[in-house]
Amino acid sequence: MTWLNQIIQGVLLGGYYALIACGLSFMFGVMRIINLAHGSLAILAAFAMFVLADRFGVQPLAGLVAVLPAMAVVGWVLQRGVLERSARGGQLVPVLSTFGLAVVVDNLLFQQFGADTRSLAPYAGSLAYDSWAITDDIYIGRLAALTFATSVLLLGALQLFLTRTALGRQIRATAEDPDTAGLVGVDARRANAIAAAIAMVTVGVAGGFLALRATFDPYAGGPQLIFAFEAAVIGGAGSLWGTLGGGIVLGVAQSLGAQVSPQGFLIAGHAVFLAVLFGRLFRGRFGLRPRAA
Amino acid sequence: MSEQNTLAVERWTPTSAASVLLAVAAMALLAFGPRLLGAEQVDRLTILFIYVILAATWNALAGYAGLVSIGQQAFFGLGAYAAVRLAAGGFSVYPGLVVAAALVGLLSLPLSAFMLRLKGGEFAIGMWVVAELMHLLVNLDPLVQGETGTSLIALDAYAADTRRDQTYWMALGSMAAILTVLFVLLRSRTGCAIQAIRDDEEAASAVGVRVLGTKRIVFVIAAFGTALAGALWLATALTFQPKTYFGIQWTAYMIFMVLVGGLGTFEGAILGAVAFFAIESWFGAAGVWYLVGLGASALIFSLALPGGVCGWLERRFDLRLLPVGYRLVHRRAPTSSNRDNRGREIHAVR
Amino acid sequence: MSQLVVENLDVRHGLLQAVRGVSLTVHRGEVVALVGANGAGKTTLLRAIAGAHPPAGGRILLDGTEITALSAHRRVGMGIALVPEGRRLFTRMTVEENLLLARSARRRGPWGLDAVLAAFPNLAQRRQHLAGTLSGGEQQATAIGRALMTNPEILLLDEVSLGLSPLVVDIVYDQLRTLIEGGTTIVLVEQDLSRAMAVADRVACMLEGRIVLEGKSADLGRDAVTEAYFGLSRGNTAQGAAP
Repeated sequence: MTWLNQIIQGVLLGGYYALIACGLSFMFGVMRIINLAHGSLAILAAFAMFVLADRFGVQPLAGLVAVLPAMAVVGWVLQRGVLERSARGGQLVPVLSTFGLAVVVDNLLFQQFGADTRSLAPYAGSLAYDSWAITDDIYIGRLAALTFATSVLLLGALQLFLTRTALGRQIRATAEDPDTAGLVGVDARRANAIAAAIAMVTVGVAGGFLALRATFDPYAGGPQLIFAFEAAVIGGAGSLWGTLGGGIVLGVAQSLGAQVSPQGFLIAGHAVFLAVLFGRLFRGRFGLRPRAA
Repeated sequence: MSEQNTLAVERWTPTSAASVLLAVAAMALLAFGPRLLGAEQVDRLTILFIYVILAATWNALAGYAGLVSIGQQAFFGLGAYAAVRLAAGGFSVYPGLVVAAALVGLLSLPLSAFMLRLKGGEFAIGMWVVAELMHLLVNLDPLVQGETGTSLIALDAYAADTRRDQTYWMALGSMAAILTVLFVLLRSRTGCAIQAIRDDEEAASAVGVRVLGTKRIVFVIAAFGTALAGALWLATALTFQPKTYFGIQWTAYMIFMVLVGGLGTFEGAILGAVAFFAIESWFGAAGVWYLVGLGASALIFSLALPGGVCGWLERRFDLRLLPVGYRLVHRRAPTSSNRDNRGREIHAVR
Repeated sequence: MSQLVVENLDVRHGLLQAVRGVSLTVHRGEVVALVGANGAGKTTLLRAIAGAHPPAGGRILLDGTEITALSAHRRVGMGIALVPEGRRLFTRMTVEENLLLARSARRRGPWGLDAVLAAFPNLAQRRQHLAGTLSGGEQQATAIGRALMTNPEILLLDEVSLGLSPLVVDIVYDQLRTLIEGGTTIVLVEQDLSRAMAVADRVACMLEGRIVLEGKSADLGRDAVTEAYFGLSRGNTAQGAAP
C-alpha cells in the first residue's frame, strides 16, 4: 500500500514537473532555445507572489493575476533584449547569455531577500493541507490535485492554441522556417516575442505552484531548471503531452527513490533521466525534438 | 585578383612566434617562483594556474568543439574526490593527484558515448544533471560523510613550505602541460576537424570527419584537465566538501573567464583567467554584487562582444598571438618587387 | 505606370556578390521573365525584391514608395508575394494551415481559401494532409495558392516548374494564365526559355549578377537570348543591355 501511495504521489508530483517543463519545452519547440534562466525566472515569479501576499495581503491565487501579465512582459523583453540578439550568434550564444542572466537573477534575489527559505503555504489557508482520503493509507492533497489539473489544462490550452488559432499557426510556422514565414506575411519577430511571453506566463504559473507546495530560496532556480529539463527530455516526443508523461515518469521515479533512502529522491530522478538517454542510444531518437503539432 | 598575387596558407606570424617564445620564457621564469616570491604570492599564483587550466579546457570544449557544458564541476569534484580516496587508500599524495585526474578522464569516456549525442543547450544542462548525480553519489561515500566532507590528511606529512612549493610546481607543470597539449592538438588535423564540427556538424561529417570520435577527444581531455584542476584545488584547500567542489559557480567562473578573454581564441582563455583572477582579488569581498557582476559580464559579453577581448583585438588590429588556425593570405609572387607585402586577407579560419 | 522599380541593386552572399547593379522596371499587369544560367543571380534578385535578402546597395520602389529597408512580412502586406524556389512549404502543417497562414498578411481580395481550392481542385481533397506528404505538383499548387491567399499585386514566381513532370508544368502554367488575364503583375524565373518567352511580355536575361539583355519577348530572337544566356556575346552586351 505504501508503494501504491508513493506512485500516486509521484504522479501528482509529475503534474508539477509538467507545469514547470511546459514553458521550457514550448520555447525549445518554437525558438530552438533552451533558456537556462528558466528556473530562476520561476523563482522570481514566486518571490513576486510572496511579496504580494506578505506585504499587501494578496491571496496567492489572486496574486497570480497580477504576476502573470508581468511575466508576459518579462518574456517579451527577454526575447527582444536577450534571446533574439544572442540567437544571431549561433546556437551556443543563447546558452551563455541565459546562464549569465540566471546568475544575475539568482544573486539579485539573494541580495534582496537573503538566504531565508520562504513559502506561500501560510497564506493559502486550508488549500495547503486539505486532502481527500481515498483509503486509510492513501490521501490526495487538494493542492497536489489542483496542480495536476492546472498542468493538464495548461498543456491542453497550449495545444489548442497552437493548432486552432491563427497566432498559433504563425508561431508554428516561425518555428519551422522563419524566413518563409516572413514571405507569407508572418512577422516572425512578433511571433517569437509572443511565444516567449506565453512561455514566461507558464513559468509564472509554475513558480506560483512551487511556492504553494514547497519552500523556495533565491538559489532554488537551478534545481527547478534541472527538473523541467529532465521532464521535457524524458517526455521527448513531439507533443506537449509528452511533457506531461515525462513529468510523471520523473515524479514517480523520485517518489519511489525517496521510499528507498532520503537521498534516493534526487538520485532516482537523475538516474531515470540518464537511463532514458542511454536507452535512446539504441533507438536512434535523442533528446528534445522539434514540435510538430 | 591580379595575376601577380598567389594565395598562401599562413600558420605563424612573426608576432605569434614571438608570443610562443615569450610564453615559454614566462613559464621558465615562473618555475623559480617559490625562490623569488613570498608565501602568499606563491599561493595566489597557484590559484591562477588552476584558473588557467579551467579556462583553457572549457574554451577547448565550448570555443573550439562547440560543446557548451554547464556541468564541468562534475569532473572538478570527481577529481578532488578521487584524490581524497586515493590518499585515504595510502597512495602517495602528489602522484595521486594526476592518477585521480586520469581515472576521471577514463570515466568520462563511457559518459561521452551518450552525452555527446545531445546537442546545444541539451548537452549543456545534461552535463549539469551529470554533475548533480555525481555530487549525490559522492555524498553516499562513508569517507565523505555527506556534505560534512573530509580532508586530505596525508598532506600533513609535509612541512607547510614544502607543501606550498610542491603544489605550486605541480600546478605550474599541469598548466604548462595542458596548454601545450591543447595548442598542439588544436593545430593538428584533429584540431581542424574539431572546428569544422563546431561550425557545421553535417558538413564536417560529409567531408569525412568522424564527428563523435573527434568530439570525444576534446571531451576527455577537458574532463581530465578539469579533474586535475579539482585535485590541485584540493591540494591547496586541504578540505573536501562536496558542495564546494560540485557547485555550479565553477561553471560561472569558466564561462566568465572564457567569454571575457575570447571564446574560441587560444590566448583568450589565458587572458580571461588572468582577468578573473584580478577581479576576484579586488572585488571578491563584495560578495553578492561581485557575483551579479560576473553574471552581468557574461550576459553583456555574449550579447555585445561574443569574441571577447581577444576576438576584438584580432578584428581591430589583426593581432593573433597564439594562432591555431589556418588562414589564406594574398602574397605577391616572387617576381614582384615587394614580395613581402601582405595583401588583403580573404578568409580566416579560427 | 511603373509598379515596381529596382535601381542599381547590389546583393551579396557573404563575400560573393550575387547581384551587381541591377536595374529593372515592371509595369502594372505586365509579365516579366528572368532567364539565365544557374548562379546568374535570378533567385537572389527575386528574394531581394520580396525582402528575404537585404541588399547591400541600391533601391527598390513599389508604386513610387521606397521599400528597400522593409522586412519581408511588411512587403507581403503591401502586395508583393514570392513563391520561393523549392516551394518551402511548412511540411509539418496541413495544406489548409499552410494556406491559412497567408491570411497573416491581412490583405483583402478575391483570393480566399475557397477560391484557391476551386482554382486548384487537386488540393481540395488533400487539405487536411501534412504538406510534407504531398506530391511535387500538389506542393507547387499549395505554394502558389499560399502566395495567392495574400492577394498580391505582384507575384514573384521562382522556378515553379522545377522538379515537375511536363504534364504538371502545363497544368501549372494554365493556372498562371488565368491569373495573368486577371491582371496580376508577374515576375517569374524560368529555366525553360521557350516557355518563358511564350508567357512573358518581356524577358530579362541575367549573367553573372547583371542583366545583360532585356526586351519585349516578341522583339527578341531566341538566338539573341541564348547568346546572352551563355555569355557568348559578352563583347557587345552594352548594346543589348537595359539603359
